[in-house]
Amino acid sequence: MSFLELQNITKIYPNGTKAVNETSLNIENGEFVVFVGPSGCGKSTLLRMIAGLEDITNGEISLDGNIINKIDPSERDVAMVFQNYALYPHMSVFNNMAYGLKNRGISKEEINNKVNDVAKLLEIDQLLTRKPSMLSGGQRQRVAMGRAIVRNPKIFLFDEPLSNLDAKLRNQMRLEIKRLQRQMGVTSIFVTHDQTEAMTLGDRIVVINNGVVEQVGTPKEIYSKPNTKFVAEFIGSPQMNLFNCKIENGIAHIADMKINLNNSTNLDDATLGIRPDDILISDNGKHSCVANLVEYLGSDMIIYSKIGDQEFSCKLSSKINLNSGDTFKFDISGTSVHLFDNTTGSRV
Amino acid sequence: MKFKPLEILTHIILILGVLLMVLPIWFSFATSTHDNVSIMTEGMKFFLGESFSQNYNEVLNEKGGWSEEVTAARMFVNSFIMALGIATLKVVISAMSAYALVYFRFKLAVPIFWLIFITLLVPLEVRIFPSYKIVSDLGLTNTYTGLILPLVASATATFFFRQFYKTIPDELLESAKLDGANSWRFFIDFLLPLSKTMLAAMFIFMFVYGYSQYLWPLIMTTDEKYWTVVMGMKIIFTENYEGVALPRTGERFAYIILSMLPPVLVVVILQRWFIKGLIQTEK
Repeated sequence: MSFLELQNITKIYPNGTKAVNETSLNIENGEFVVFVGPSGCGKSTLLRMIAGLEDITNGEISLDGNIINKIDPSERDVAMVFQNYALYPHMSVFNNMAYGLKNRGISKEEINNKVNDVAKLLEIDQLLTRKPSMLSGGQRQRVAMGRAIVRNPKIFLFDEPLSNLDAKLRNQMRLEIKRLQRQMGVTSIFVTHDQTEAMTLGDRIVVINNGVVEQVGTPKEIYSKPNTKFVAEFIGSPQMNLFNCKIENGIAHIADMKINLNNSTNLDDATLGIRPDDILISDNGKHSCVANLVEYLGSDMIIYSKIGDQEFSCKLSSKINLNSGDTFKFDISGTSVHLFDNTTGSRV
Repeated sequence: MKFKPLEILTHIILILGVLLMVLPIWFSFATSTHDNVSIMTEGMKFFLGESFSQNYNEVLNEKGGWSEEVTAARMFVNSFIMALGIATLKVVISAMSAYALVYFRFKLAVPIFWLIFITLLVPLEVRIFPSYKIVSDLGLTNTYTGLILPLVASATATFFFRQFYKTIPDELLESAKLDGANSWRFFIDFLLPLSKTMLAAMFIFMFVYGYSQYLWPLIMTTDEKYWTVVMGMKIIFTENYEGVALPRTGERFAYIILSMLPPVLVVVILQRWFIKGLIQTEK
């Protein structure tokens, strides 16, 4: 039995919207799992059901061997970091962190020790007497984390905690969250709509769309073998190129371009996915296109072009000298492409 | 430092406003320190006189009323108890009922809120006979309970607390829940401290409201021991005035000045909280 088990979880809101549909998931002790998906896909709802902040319409959640469906949030021994941190505005940083411990009837001395230890760990020990209104965004974030850590819960729940920070701080906090999670080994679930965060943080990623789990896997699996067209498009930056095509005997026809897939597939209505960095530019490439637009990103550049009437992008080192309007030659290896059946949307 | 014309104008307006408010009070105070003869012959006074201690002493200690039993000091105490009781209970009850209306999910929350709200249309003066009947049937005439109880519900305060609670983000409640706060703790540890400003403001308004009640104590009390200041203003120091004696204008002004003190004190004490809350917006 897994540490956290979700079985056929369904959430239907009173107004009839189905936020989560028949979702099952097993999470092991100590794992860092990221729920990722576009906004409104039900990932936060799922997290809030684990926390006990939303009722479960159908299905069963068990944590550490106990079914927790009907257990009060305070009894579940979970800690949550909210998007806007939800710090208690009228309490000092110390009291923010100590409040949950006080309610559990822990002695004053122990509370003091615990809060001070965690504050040191997070480098907020200088701020303990301040009120949240006197803290910067990054500091608030740390306090919110500290409040969760100090309780030493069975599971950490993060609800898009980094989305209110600026880009630099976000990267920094991302690393820190990862480091802390490794250090403490507490099972964590992190909800985000940012695929970079998902890829960098998660031991496993759960890609959710329209209340349904599209794929569960390690970042590598998700990236290299996306199960569905949705996952293929959602994970990876820049986005994977998707071409509508017809496959005849293992040859994909995209406009007048032919790509040999080295198999004997036949599909009338298929989508061929090619990652922008799997398009290999070389002077003796088989195919050629005109670069409509070149985006310079420092070490890389992204070229936007068209095959027939289908747009695509490719990513390459900016050492190559290529300008808008130039013609470039490229190859696509038949083994690095992803093929999806358009009728089912899933990988072939 | 140079003043712009607009600044000078606004200051003049402000100063005029202050004078308009303060002068009558000053006149009353100055007059209250003169003896009755000079007030009678010369009218209201602007400068201080010499009868301060005599007048104020008489006001506080002279027994008045028809039975010559009640002193003004006693009436101050009565008014203070009544206003304090009304203000405290009004604030506590409205804060709690607003809490129930906003945070507890029950189907009738909205109709109940509107029911509370329309009681604004039936102030005590409208329901004074039924209220009197109930209080007298309960045997509460001539008691503090009877003075206070019919006035402790407040639609206004409930409404303000409700609006305030609605601005508190849901995450705060959720976070508190995960931290193990039950509904009682959430009220005590979160809503009350967060609404400190609101509590202070409501308390001030309700205290003044309770203190200035006239009709209700007038009907409610037949025993002079329960007379309140505002009632007394009409009654006290008039009994000697029968055409022969001088009107006791000095004492009556002293009485008026004294009667203003309790609400002023409440405002002065609570305004610190009030202002503090206004400066620190922490939500």
